Amino acid sequence: MLVDLQGPWNPIFGRLGLLLEVHYNNPVLFFAFELSVVVGVILVFWATCARKWGYLWREWLTTVDHKKIGVMYILVGLVMLFRGFFDALMIRSQQAIAVGPDSPGMLGAAHGYLPPYHFDQVFTAHGMIMILVAATPILVGIMNIVVPLQIGARDMAYPYLNALGLWLTVVSAALVMIALFVGDFSHAGWVGLAPLTELPYSPGVGVDYWIWSIQIGSIGTTMGAINLIATIVKMRAPGMTWGRIPVFTWTSMASNIIALTSFPVLGVTLALLTFDRYLGTHFFTVGLGGDLMMYTNLFWIWGHPEVYFVVLPAFGMLSEIIPTFSEKPLFGYVTMVIASMAIAAVSWSVWLHHFFTMGAGPNVNAYFSIATMLVGIPTGVKVFNWAFTMYRARMRFDTPMMWAIGSIFLLISGGLTGMMLSVPAVNYIVHNSVFVIAHFHNMFLLIVYAAFGAVSYWFPKVFGFKLDERWGKWFFWFFTAGTLMVFIPMYTLGFMGMTRRLDYISHPAWQPLLTAEMIGIGLYAISIAMFVIQLAVSLRDREKNRVGADAWGTSRSLEWASHSPVPFYNFAVTPVVHARDEWAWRREHGLTSLRPDRYLDIHMPKNTAVPLILGLLSLAFGFAMVWRIWWLAAISVIGIIVVIIYRSFDKDTDYIIPAAEVEKMEKEFLERASKIEGDAPAAGGAAGGVYAAPQAPTKKHQGD
Amino acid sequence: MSSHAAESVDPRTAVLWDYEDHGHDPISTRTFGFWLYMLSDAMIFAALFAAYGVYVRNAAGGPTITDIVHPIYAMWETVVVLTSVFAYGLGMAALKRGNRSGVTTWLLVAFVLGLVFLGMEYKEFADLLAAGAIPQRSGFLSAYWTMVLTHGLHMVFGLLWMAIMLIQVAREGFTQNVVYRLLNLRLFWHFQAIIWVCVFTFVYLKGVL
Repeated sequence: MLVDLQGPWNPIFGRLGLLLEVHYNNPVLFFAFELSVVVGVILVFWATCARKWGYLWREWLTTVDHKKIGVMYILVGLVMLFRGFFDALMIRSQQAIAVGPDSPGMLGAAHGYLPPYHFDQVFTAHGMIMILVAATPILVGIMNIVVPLQIGARDMAYPYLNALGLWLTVVSAALVMIALFVGDFSHAGWVGLAPLTELPYSPGVGVDYWIWSIQIGSIGTTMGAINLIATIVKMRAPGMTWGRIPVFTWTSMASNIIALTSFPVLGVTLALLTFDRYLGTHFFTVGLGGDLMMYTNLFWIWGHPEVYFVVLPAFGMLSEIIPTFSEKPLFGYVTMVIASMAIAAVSWSVWLHHFFTMGAGPNVNAYFSIATMLVGIPTGVKVFNWAFTMYRARMRFDTPMMWAIGSIFLLISGGLTGMMLSVPAVNYIVHNSVFVIAHFHNMFLLIVYAAFGAVSYWFPKVFGFKLDERWGKWFFWFFTAGTLMVFIPMYTLGFMGMTRRLDYISHPAWQPLLTAEMIGIGLYAISIAMFVIQLAVSLRDREKNRVGADAWGTSRSLEWASHSPVPFYNFAVTPVVHARDEWAWRREHGLTSLRPDRYLDIHMPKNTAVPLILGLLSLAFGFAMVWRIWWLAAISVIGIIVVIIYRSFDKDTDYIIPAAEVEKMEKEFLERASKIEGDAPAAGGAAGGVYAAPQAPTKKHQGD
Repeated sequence: MSSHAAESVDPRTAVLWDYEDHGHDPISTRTFGFWLYMLSDAMIFAALFAAYGVYVRNAAGGPTITDIVHPIYAMWETVVVLTSVFAYGLGMAALKRGNRSGVTTWLLVAFVLGLVFLGMEYKEFADLLAAGAIPQRSGFLSAYWTMVLTHGLHMVFGLLWMAIMLIQVAREGFTQNVVYRLLNLRLFWHFQAIIWVCVFTFVYLKGVL
């Protein structure tokens, strides 16, 4: 052992003896444990009873199909979004209860029901989960599904690597969930404040869970980034020139360039912290040459670009949804693309604004202040472009559009408070107050709004039927009411001087606003119920809600030129692209038939269990490293290397679907589509400019 | 912002589907992907170099940079690395001619030279260990060990990869898979040499200034 560990350690079980110190009799932990076990048992029971294991294995666990991988990414993201929401519920209820010296305490807490150590783990988990294993997987999942379809590709550039990226993300989420039951989670904030994360100050396994979860997940994200960029550069259909690539694909590209260049920096940062904790080096320690500001710098060199990594795809989603429901081409395509790239570029020069108050000096602060303000220019360009797209358009308020418009409002309010924070003088006053928290939640919620909009927008493309509109709108309104009720009081509390991360509120004047926030979180809880009901109702009525290729009747980009649901080979024959809004162009010229003259053989990658096995080995490795079970870690690493080498000798990785087979499958798709009653709203006339369909999309246009 | 160029296409004669098999080129796709990976690897080294730049003065009373670096010894290491890369390059010239034994021979030479480099590095660090200049001594030594050994770890993976390529060239000949892997390994191996030149310059040469 190179470092002196507090607590037990033995060569076989590592530090697992620390488990005895966890307070399992705590009802909060017990409830979480019970809920997860019950849900898990129900799922396993259902899969066994319905004989679904074979189906799950063949169709999902070993798949390399980018759409299924995308769906799994989104499912992981949604589950973790729920977990992150539970953490938020606990933070809000603790703060609503623990106000003033006379507030009661229970379950071992002096005030409220969460002792400080537990409360700190809750907010750390909330932040880490929401950003890295909720928002990121949902966005990556949508990119995975949509980008290859939008550029007319058959799959991603590296389908096998794609599956590997997914399973590493799942491992990241799994480690966070395991931390809930086996040991602790980090209590040092999601940013891992150094030197609080150093071994002497965090002697348990919590920080190690945090490190390995992020480290393994971020390797998956980097692989996904390589895959998406290569797909966009190398896999475009004929005619899909750079000037015709849909804006969502452009923003995905910008976003993945950020991921590719910034996640390695996070990897290095966490590796250095790992060396400190495991080997006793002195990177971020106090004394012996350690430099804790180095941690903050390195972390935010990743952390700030990461903010744009998640916001840019959201901008892309808005750029697809708004034109569809405005029945008009997107205003300012070229400026939209330039703005996305400009945001990606500037994202690299703003990280220091996260610690304006740490005494960097006026010149440094001024530089980063100006760099931060510069982001407002391309973002403003985007907002104006969306506004001009909607200006004098035939707007329709389907659920995706509601989310998109909500998202723009959040972008404006969050962007303006961001501008306030980018002024160092203002920042000195509100730094570390909940004003900052309200600002970045505001920004993240714009992403959530865009993602919910995108999910309901592209849902019919993936599953072949629409989500229920009525419950979707209830979901939207309750979610919006929750957003307003939580974050307007939070902004206000920030100005009233309330700092972040408080488990006890010393100032009773804040109580009314904290109660308001509590009501807001209740509204969020109701909205989650609405979402679940929406899913259930949509699933029940799926036959009634089936749609043709162009689910919304006014969609514009290439993904709507394939069947709904999209067959596993995407396009029976690769489409040729003629215009920036290819599908709108085809609709305008009456070319929406999806029946090509003839069919060709299709070359496809085979399913493989290797990514899943590598994922399981990584999970074993992560768990072993957290608990310092060296033998298991060594075996898993060797296992990973051996499996990778073994796979490199496998020559049987692809297969051919014969043209006749393709024809048969296509015939079925076309027949099914011809039975669907076209209930899509009629597209408008003159207001749509050259691309709005002059004729209403009839049944004939819904995929032949 | 509609694209007016599209209107010059006559929809009656428009070709909607592409029936030609363009046979997308896996070698170029995979080499491109590997370039992207190298970009992310470059960021790893960039972060380490930046950190090293900060830590180089933080010797905490222990050995300083001038105490531990030997630029002449490191120069010989550089010679070995660059010769290994040169040998690999000759192997790639043999690949171009489809000369299997040429590829095998030059890969073996590159492999052995890589091993020599790792041996020299091993001796260097064994000496540091014996002198008590361990990574736990100071922030500077932590950064020094991490930076140089991260490069060393890359060299180890490169050698492992090279060994596997020797087997695959022998078993499968120049199939598409083997060729793209050889090309990617060339990128990787050259890149490690470039990183080593940066290490040599910023750590070993600058260290004695």
